[in-house]
Amino acid sequence: MAAISVTNVTKSYQRDKTSVPVLNDVSISVQQGEFLALMGPSGSGKTTLLNLIAGIDRPTSGSILVQGIDIATLGETALAKWRAQKVGFIFQFYNLIPVLSAFENVELPLMLTSLSKKERKQQVETALSVVGLADRMTHSPNQLSGGQQQRVAIARAIATDPDIIVADEPTGDLDKLSADEIMTLLERLNSEFGKTIVMVTHDPRAAERAKVVRHLDKGDLLAEEVRS
Amino acid sequence: MKIPFSYILKNFTARKLTALITVGGIALVVFVFAAVLMMAYGIQKTLVATGSETNVIVTRKSSSGEITSIIDRETANIILTLPELDRDAAGKLLVTTDGVAIINLYKKDGGMSNVAVRGVSPAVFELRTNVKLKEGRMFNWGSREIVVGSAITKRFEGAAIGSKLRFAGDEWVIVGMIESGGSGFDSELWCDIVQVQQAFNRTAFSTITFKIASPDAIESLKLKFEGDPRLNQFEPEIERRYFEKQSELMATFIRVLGIFITVIFSVGAIIGAMITMYAAVANRTTEIGTLRALGFQRGSILVAFLVEALLIAVCGGFVGIVFASVLQFFSLSTLNFTSFSELEFSFALSPTIIFSSLTFAVAMGFVGGFLPSWRASRLSIIGALRAA
Repeated sequence: MAAISVTNVTKSYQRDKTSVPVLNDVSISVQQGEFLALMGPSGSGKTTLLNLIAGIDRPTSGSILVQGIDIATLGETALAKWRAQKVGFIFQFYNLIPVLSAFENVELPLMLTSLSKKERKQQVETALSVVGLADRMTHSPNQLSGGQQQRVAIARAIATDPDIIVADEPTGDLDKLSADEIMTLLERLNSEFGKTIVMVTHDPRAAERAKVVRHLDKGDLLAEEVRS
Repeated sequence: MKIPFSYILKNFTARKLTALITVGGIALVVFVFAAVLMMAYGIQKTLVATGSETNVIVTRKSSSGEITSIIDRETANIILTLPELDRDAAGKLLVTTDGVAIINLYKKDGGMSNVAVRGVSPAVFELRTNVKLKEGRMFNWGSREIVVGSAITKRFEGAAIGSKLRFAGDEWVIVGMIESGGSGFDSELWCDIVQVQQAFNRTAFSTITFKIASPDAIESLKLKFEGDPRLNQFEPEIERRYFEKQSELMATFIRVLGIFITVIFSVGAIIGAMITMYAAVANRTTEIGTLRALGFQRGSILVAFLVEALLIAVCGGFVGIVFASVLQFFSLSTLNFTSFSELEFSFALSPTIIFSSLTFAVAMGFVGGFLPSWRASRLSIIGALRAA
């Protein structure tokens, strides 16, 4: 069974009285442990597809099965719980909470679990160790470089040990060196920790690190490109 | 609430200037609110302290205060024979037949004001044990001598020991100063009741105050007054309760007027809190989107922002109360509506006032913070994340 199965999904937004189509009858499967890169020009619908898979947006029609659960049918509360347990988020601009330390940022998603304070501390320390920032726990985001901030964001994404990681332009705001480090880290999460990763990117070098690359254009999914 | 309190606290401290301005606005309103309540409570405390739990005061029914109460001699004689009246060890009745009149004196800070002159009987100090002769000597019975309350000496011209006051067609020598620890007696002049009656051409008394063995006896005494056609136009009451009731009118007037004004002020503070919180939501739209994406529910966002608004309000409340508490060191004088005479009182703080002021602050924070917090919780995740 595919980890993610998107079937005949359409998505359109309402602008005034006009319906603007963003995704046209898209179907895609992502296998467990796959590293998928979604590429395409601006406005092609790749971020929309990512948001639908991550459960932060709802399709106009079609179904999205993630590990057998049709997330399009989940209520808002159930969907929020599902996201907290199953999905790790990585954003282009890191989206760290500026007033919280690296430790506290990584601890945030764990606040939604039933873990004790001690267990949360262990999880945070492990996640920050994985991204190589165990020595920066008390630093606030503005005391960290862009690459380090994105690594904290990755630590936050893996803190709850989710099955799926969604990354929206994870290298879009980074220099080449930092971007390489981030991609190496994502590769490691995929190969070493078995995380299923869906990544949206404009950067061909970042896309090269993915196992599968799919292109979108004007809301249509183009042919599959598989790498060995 | 799932969102850690440290997030709320750190956001509060991260925007020091806006937070401080909002705290200042709320503190100002709470200060005024607390000051009004402290003023009303101060007046009540002063008047209530004037009465004793073991004294009974008899006044004419439907009189609005001592000044409008008249007890003729015949009735007074009947009252003085009641068995409920307590006596001292020597068998002397513990009673004072008071006559209260109003005179005008010049205030030190300009203008004229009414002052109560109370004619008293010799047992008065045994009945009103809180009243002490602080300076000088007691007036001589049968002479035109007076002792003045400490607040009168402080606030009125020519009210010091040795001075002469001219009223009721004669000169009265001030021979002493009395103090009662902040009760209404501090704002009175005391002299011999016989002299007051002669000077003001009166044959009746204003009130009769006597000691009873037990305050519980008041109910049977009331029934006795009701059942006796000679006494049923008069009403006995425990002195403290009498002054408590007397204080209600003025305290309620101050409270209602003060709270009305404060509520109008509070609109400004609420709008201030609202602007601050709307700005907080606008500045942190991406954070809200991120928190929601991570799995935090709308309710958690609502509570987090609301708690932040309440935190601002509670800080404002505490600051306002701290500043208001300084007012305890100041005293004011005003015209007592029921005695028509000057009354000095201090602002008085009580746990109830602290609680009411904090509740008021919290209410302002809630009203000011709710709409922005609601807006924060209703933001769509996608829309909020796009704000980045």
